[in-house]
Amino acid sequence: MSKLLPFARRAGRSAPATAEAGTSRMSTSEKFISIEGIARRYPAPGGTTTTIFENLWLPMRRGEFVCMIGHSGCGKTTVLNILAGLDAPSEGVVIVDGQAITGTSLDRAVIFQGHALLPWRSVLGNVAYAVSSRWRKAGRAEIEARARKAIATVGLAGSEHKRPSELSGGMKQRVGIARALAIEPKILLMDEPFSALDALTRGTLQDEVRRICVETGQTVFMITHDVDEAIYLADRIVLMTNGPEAKVAEIVENPLPKARDRTQLHHAPGYYALRNHLIDFLVTRSRTLRDAMPEGYDSRHPPTVRPSLSEADAAAIAAEPPAKRA
Amino acid sequence: MQRTLSLRAGILSLALLALILLGWQVAVSGSARTEVMDPEYAALMGQTATTGKSAMPGPLDVGATIWKHLKDPFYDRGPNDKGIGVQLAYSIGRVALGYGLAVLVAIPVGFLIGMSPLMSRALDPYIQILKPVSPLAWMPLALYTIKDSSLSAIFVIFICSVWPMLINTVFGVAGTRKEWLNVARTLEVSPIRRAFTVILPAAAPTILTGMRISIGIAWLVIVAAEMLVGGTGIGYFVWNEWNNLSITNVITSILVIGLVGMVLDQLLARAQRLVTFPE
Repeated sequence: MSKLLPFARRAGRSAPATAEAGTSRMSTSEKFISIEGIARRYPAPGGTTTTIFENLWLPMRRGEFVCMIGHSGCGKTTVLNILAGLDAPSEGVVIVDGQAITGTSLDRAVIFQGHALLPWRSVLGNVAYAVSSRWRKAGRAEIEARARKAIATVGLAGSEHKRPSELSGGMKQRVGIARALAIEPKILLMDEPFSALDALTRGTLQDEVRRICVETGQTVFMITHDVDEAIYLADRIVLMTNGPEAKVAEIVENPLPKARDRTQLHHAPGYYALRNHLIDFLVTRSRTLRDAMPEGYDSRHPPTVRPSLSEADAAAIAAEPPAKRA
Repeated sequence: MQRTLSLRAGILSLALLALILLGWQVAVSGSARTEVMDPEYAALMGQTATTGKSAMPGPLDVGATIWKHLKDPFYDRGPNDKGIGVQLAYSIGRVALGYGLAVLVAIPVGFLIGMSPLMSRALDPYIQILKPVSPLAWMPLALYTIKDSSLSAIFVIFICSVWPMLINTVFGVAGTRKEWLNVARTLEVSPIRRAFTVILPAAAPTILTGMRISIGIAWLVIVAAEMLVGGTGIGYFVWNEWNNLSITNVITSILVIGLVGMVLDQLLARAQRLVTFPE
């Protein structure tokens, strides 16, 4: 199970990072979401087609937090839109909870990058709109109660009657999160939800999202540009090579314990190995891997990687009970 | 600051009014040269030729006429002598009917065209050709087919109001933000509910702009249409008073038409503010 990946040797760092790699295939029963061989192509000028990505496979477990990282143009948002049902794959299927998806569903809530609140509705109105779409026969009082509960969860109690235009960017995105949570979805899909926020607000919202997801065991698929965000939030991090014709280069298992403290995170064993691995990927390997995948690459079972710095780190992680791990 | 500005603007407005009224009075009070003429011939001529009095009324004459109309706006003494309130009511009634019909047609059709690129392309040439046609050009066709002058006036109001509303509705509906539509899609909102809860509120400010343009045009056109069809209405009143050579009444109606037009515009401006949302 422990073998050096070719890239680690090539890179030749002074303190060579080791990485456990393996396929660690998910059993069929474990797969809550299964992206199976999807492709997305667009017609290009000259009668040809541009392939954003093809033959993309990705399984996800129930209750798992998966982040997808890659440069612009690798089709991250397209993958998310296909998962949401807003876009249809040119080939392949996505199976959620045993059923191939055919369109949008209230089971899959989306938190949009630009919050996408309806500006003519109040905070309560925006969340209640989602609630009343989910429970169509619910009475007014029940809808309001559910909406208020979701608003309180994201810490916006007291701002129910404000209009989106009266809210700051962070508060707007909180409403977006409340709207998504209010419908109690099986899967939460987030498309760079915090990229438009300042660093402080982003940190607070990441804490909130992490708390809510850990408490509720929410299955989350999130797209991000931010390596630190992925490290803090994700159980597994999917690395996409540059597009067009992007591929899932590898899936990185987050070795950090599930109980994470933002302030202590950078002291955790394996933190820097993970961070360096991700940054190396974004800086160089996302490009080199697009041009030439390592031998034995199977797009159906992309390699699973577990970066670690030293044997001491590895020992520390190994010493932990596996249940606590991601 | 804001208050002193509006105060100063108000004073300037009043000063301008005083200046205009004064200039008007001076312009009409000068007496022209009178000719010596046979008394029987003089009896046939107006006061302009015999005593040098201007046929143009002064502001005081007009003021007196306005007062007379205001005192008794709703009298009806036969087809050629109705109070100005009655005439206005006829005009407003026709505009309301024609405009109301236009709302009922333009907004649903605009929704249809705005939501379907196919319909949009297919109907575009018709809209582009029919939009610039003067509404009065429809009058003969309307008179021939409807065979009723009053209904024809309503039809003319309808046809002139429909285009700005239609075009604005299409524009507003087609311009609904994709992200808002995506919200509705991920919430599995039915098409009808989506139209009423997302597209309509999103397009409402644009639609109201079209409605405001339309009411302005409708009020412009009703005067001309009533001059043509005759019988009743403020347009007919203006033409009738011209035939009576009552310039005071013509000036009075100009003021009244302007006033009603302003009120109609303000009503829609208020409605527009109600549906406008800050982003």
